Amino acid sequence: MADQVLDAKGLNCPLPILKAKKALKSLEGGQTLEIQSTDPGSVADFAAFCRTTGNKLVEQSDTDGVWTYLIQKAG
Amino acid sequence: MSSPDTNTMSIIVTKGSLDWAYPPFILGTTAAAMGLEVTMFFTFYGLNLLMKDLNLQVSSLGNPAMKMPMMGMHMGMPNIVSAIPGVDAAASKMMKNLMKKKGVAPIEDLRELAVEADVRMIACQMTMDMFEYGTEDMIEPLEIGGAATYIEVATQSHINLFI
Repeated sequence: MADQVLDAKGLNCPLPILKAKKALKSLEGGQTLEIQSTDPGSVADFAAFCRTTGNKLVEQSDTDGVWTYLIQKAG
Repeated sequence: MSSPDTNTMSIIVTKGSLDWAYPPFILGTTAAAMGLEVTMFFTFYGLNLLMKDLNLQVSSLGNPAMKMPMMGMHMGMPNIVSAIPGVDAAASKMMKNLMKKKGVAPIEDLRELAVEADVRMIACQMTMDMFEYGTEDMIEPLEIGGAATYIEVATQSHINLFI
C-alpha cells in the first residue's frame, strides 16, 4: 500500500506533475506515492518526470481511463 | 540549493493574452517540478501576467489558427466580427469556460505554484516605466531588473526561451 495517495483525476497537464511533486516533498526517501490521473498525457509525463528527478516509477496501470502510478521517492 | 548538476532555465515572457500566458507558466512550473532552477523575466505585455487581479483576454483578430470546438466542429471567426465591441470579451469568456470544463488550470493557480516553487520572477524596469505600471498592483515576491539582469541569468542558464 502506498504511503500516500494523490487523486489527480480531472486535472490536466501540468497539474498532475505539479501536485505529485508537492506530495513527494512531504515524503521521506523510500516512501511511495500513488497517483490517479485521467490525463492520457500523464503516461509519458510521469516517465519523464521520474527519469529526470531520480524518483522511481515502480508501477503503472490503467483501468477505464484512469491511470494509476506508484512512485517511490529517491533518497 | 543548486548543485553543479542542477539544470537552469530562463524564460522571457513578452505576451499577456490568455492563450500566450499558458506556455511560460506551464513550462516554468513543470521545469521547477522536475528540479530545474527557473527564472521568468516579464517584459512588455508579459507584465500583464504579473497583475494581482488577472482578467486575461484572448482575441481571434489576426489569429487565423484559432478555431474553437463548437457544435461538433472547429470554427474560426472572421476578423471583422472580432472588431465588434464585446466580441473579444465574449470569446475570452468562452475560452475560460472551455478551460474550466476540460480541467485546465487557471493562470492564477499556475502562477501561485510557480511562486511556491521558488521560480524567480523578474519584471522589466524599462517597460514598467513606459506603461506606467507600479509594483503595488503586482504579485509578490517580485524583482525588478533590466536587460543586463536578464542576460546574466541567461549566460548561466542551460535553457533560454523567448515566448
